[in-house]
Amino acid sequence: MTPSDRHATGLLTRPDEFVQLITPTGERRSDPELDPWVADIDTDALSALHRDMVVVRRLDTEATALQRQGQLGLWPPLSGQEAAQIGSARALREDDFAFSSYREHAVAWVRGVGPADLLRVWRGAAASGWNPYEHGMAVPQIIIGAQALHATGWAMGARWDDTDAAAVAYFGDGATSEGDVNEALVFAASFDAPVVFFCQNNQWAISEPVGLQSRQPLARRADGFGIPGVRVDGNDVLAVMATTRIALDRARRGEGPTFIEAVTYRMGPHTTADDPKRYRGEDELAEWRGRDPIARVAALLAASGADVAAVEREAGEEADRMAADLRTAITSIADPEPLSVFDHVYAEPHAHLDRQREHYTRYLGQFDDAAGAAAPARGGSR
Amino acid sequence: MTTLTLGGALNAGLRRSLAGDDKVVLLGEDIGTLGGVFRITDGLKAEFGAHRVVDTPLSEAGIVGTAVGLAYRGYRPVVEIQFDGFIYPGFDQIVAQVAKLHYRSHGNVRMPITIRVPFGGGIGAAEHHSESPEAYFAHTAGLRVVACSDAADAYVMIQQAIASDDPVLFFEPKRRYHVKGEVDETASLADAKPMGVASVVASGTDVTLVTYGALVQTARDAATAAREDGVSIEVIDLRSLSPMDLSTVAASVRRTGRLVITHEAGQQVGLGAEIAASITERCFEFLEAAPVRITGHDIPYPPAKLERHHLPDLDRILDGVDRVLGRPNSLSGVEA
Repeated sequence: MTPSDRHATGLLTRPDEFVQLITPTGERRSDPELDPWVADIDTDALSALHRDMVVVRRLDTEATALQRQGQLGLWPPLSGQEAAQIGSARALREDDFAFSSYREHAVAWVRGVGPADLLRVWRGAAASGWNPYEHGMAVPQIIIGAQALHATGWAMGARWDDTDAAAVAYFGDGATSEGDVNEALVFAASFDAPVVFFCQNNQWAISEPVGLQSRQPLARRADGFGIPGVRVDGNDVLAVMATTRIALDRARRGEGPTFIEAVTYRMGPHTTADDPKRYRGEDELAEWRGRDPIARVAALLAASGADVAAVEREAGEEADRMAADLRTAITSIADPEPLSVFDHVYAEPHAHLDRQREHYTRYLGQFDDAAGAAAPARGGSR
Repeated sequence: MTTLTLGGALNAGLRRSLAGDDKVVLLGEDIGTLGGVFRITDGLKAEFGAHRVVDTPLSEAGIVGTAVGLAYRGYRPVVEIQFDGFIYPGFDQIVAQVAKLHYRSHGNVRMPITIRVPFGGGIGAAEHHSESPEAYFAHTAGLRVVACSDAADAYVMIQQAIASDDPVLFFEPKRRYHVKGEVDETASLADAKPMGVASVVASGTDVTLVTYGALVQTARDAATAAREDGVSIEVIDLRSLSPMDLSTVAASVRRTGRLVITHEAGQQVGLGAEIAASITERCFEFLEAAPVRITGHDIPYPPAKLERHHLPDLDRILDGVDRVLGRPNSLSGVEA
C-alpha cells in the first residue's frame, strides 16, 4: 500500500468534491491525491477489475433470469453498481469484515462466496448463504441500515483487540435516513472505530429519489459527526478503489471512521418484484447508461494500448463459466428438511421449543412421506 | 456467606464475570464513571478499565447494535438499559438482530449478549421508569428472558446469563435493589440451579401462586398471611420467563388443583395468559377452579400517586386466592 500523509488534510475535507479518475468516456484523469493509491493498478490489474465487473454483471443477469424461470423467489439486482462494489471490495484485506445489505452480491463474490451460496437465500431454501467467518462477511441485512451498527461494534472490538483490521458497512442512500446509520456514525466517531461507511447512493430507495432522503450531498453529512466524508464517482472502479484504500488506511492507523458516498445508479429494479417504470423515466436510464462502469474501463484499456478484444473475450468466457456454474448450482440446492425449521433458534437447549419440535415430529410421523407431502393418515382435505 | 443487597449481588456477579473472561464487556449509559444510575456497576470501570466498562452515547439502538458487532467478534457484551421504559429505541436491534442472528446464520454466529433491564414499579418514579415490558421479549423467538428476585439468585443468574451462548434479557426488580440477602460468593456456578428452572420458595397444599421479580416477596407475604387464615399457598418464583419451567408449575398444580398468577405487567396477552393456558392444557383434570390472574391493569403506567392502585399487592393477591378457593371475594356473584 502506498503511504501518504496527505489524506488527513486534502481529499477528505472536501465532501462536495466529486472524485473521479476515469471519465465516462474512458479518459484517465490525474489526481495527485488519489493516484498514489492505485499506482499498482497496471494494465493487467485494470483488466482484472474489468473482468470482475463483467462477471458480476453476468451473475446479476443470470440470477434475474433464474427468478423469471421460477428458480428463485426474488433477486435484488446490482446492475450499474459493479464499480462501487468491486472497487471497494477489492480494497479489503482478508481479515477485514464486510457488513452488507442484500444487494452486495459482487462484494460477496469477491469475498469468495460460491454460486450456490449466493443463491440459496433467494431460492427460499436457507436463512443465509454462507458462514460469515469463512468469508469475512456478515449475514446480509434486510433491515435497512441495521448493519452499520454491527460494523461499528465489530470495529470497536478490533481496536480493543489491538489488530489493524477494519470493518466496512455497505448501505444505500435510503439507509442514511435511518436512526441506526446515524447512531453508528455517532458511536464510530466517539470510539475512533476503524470502520468505513460505504454508502452506495444509487439514486433510488425503491421508488423514492435520493432528494427525499437528503437536501445536500450525503457525504456532507459526515462532517456533522466529525467524520471525514468523500464523494466519489461510484461508477469509476479506480476512484472507488483509491478512496476505499485511503479510508481503510486511516482506519488501520487508528484515525477512525470515514464516510464514502459512491455516486452510482441502480440500472435495474429494486428487486425482481419491482417495476421502476412507475417512478422513473427512460431518459434518466439512458443518461446513466452513458456512465457505464464497465464500458469506461474498456475504453481506457483501449486508449492505453491493451488488446481490449482479448480482455473482453477472456472476461466473457469467465462470465460464461459463472453463468453455467449458477445454473448447475441452482439444481444442487436441496429443499431443507422440515424439522430444520427448529434448528439454531437457540445455541443451547430450550425446553419450550424442544417440546414444540417433539410434538411436530409426532405430527409429521403420521404421514407416509417423511417430508409431509402425502395426505394425513386419516385423509380429509388438508 | 456474605450479606449483600440485590444490587450489590449483581455488582459482585458482574465483577466475577469480568474477571473470569476477558471477552466480557459492559456497555451502557452512565455505567462507567458514575457506576450506573442505580450503582449496579459501581467501581467496575476503575477496576477493569474503560474498554471493559464502557460509557456509551445515549442511544439504545446504538448500544445494542454495537453489542451485536462485538458479539460477531467473539465478545460477550453485557448491555445496561437504564430503565425499562427506555428499551424501545433498541427494540428493533433486539428482536430483529440479537434474537435472530444465530438462526439466520445457521448457528455460525453466536449472540451471547446479556441485556440488563431494571424493571417494575413501586418506587414513585416519573413516567417510563416503572414498566414491565417482559412479555414483548418472551414472545420473541431466539431470546431467553429471566427475572431475578433476591440477592442470591441475582448473583448467580447474572453470571449464568453472561455465560449463556444465547442472548438473555435480564430483568432486575428495581424496587428490591436495596434488599439484603445471603450470597455464597465461593460457590461454583457449575453446582448452581440452572437459570431455566423455577424455585418453589414456599411450600403449600391448597393454591399454587406463580410470580417472578419484585412480586415474589409480595407473594411470600401473602402466603404467610393466608396461613393464619388456614390456607396453604405454594409460591413459585418462575425465575425464567423464556423458557418457562412449566413442569415445576404443573407438578404443584397437580397437588393443589388451584392456580393464581400475578405480575405487574398488564393482563392482556401477558405471561399470565400463557401460564394459565399451558397449565390448563397440561393439568385440566386436576384443576378445581379456573386459573386466576392478578396483574397490573391494561393501562399505561400511572402517575406515582396512583401506582398502588395499579400494582398487585398482598390484598389483591389474597382476593385472587379466595376466587380460586370459591370463598367470598370481590367478584362474588359477578358473572365471568
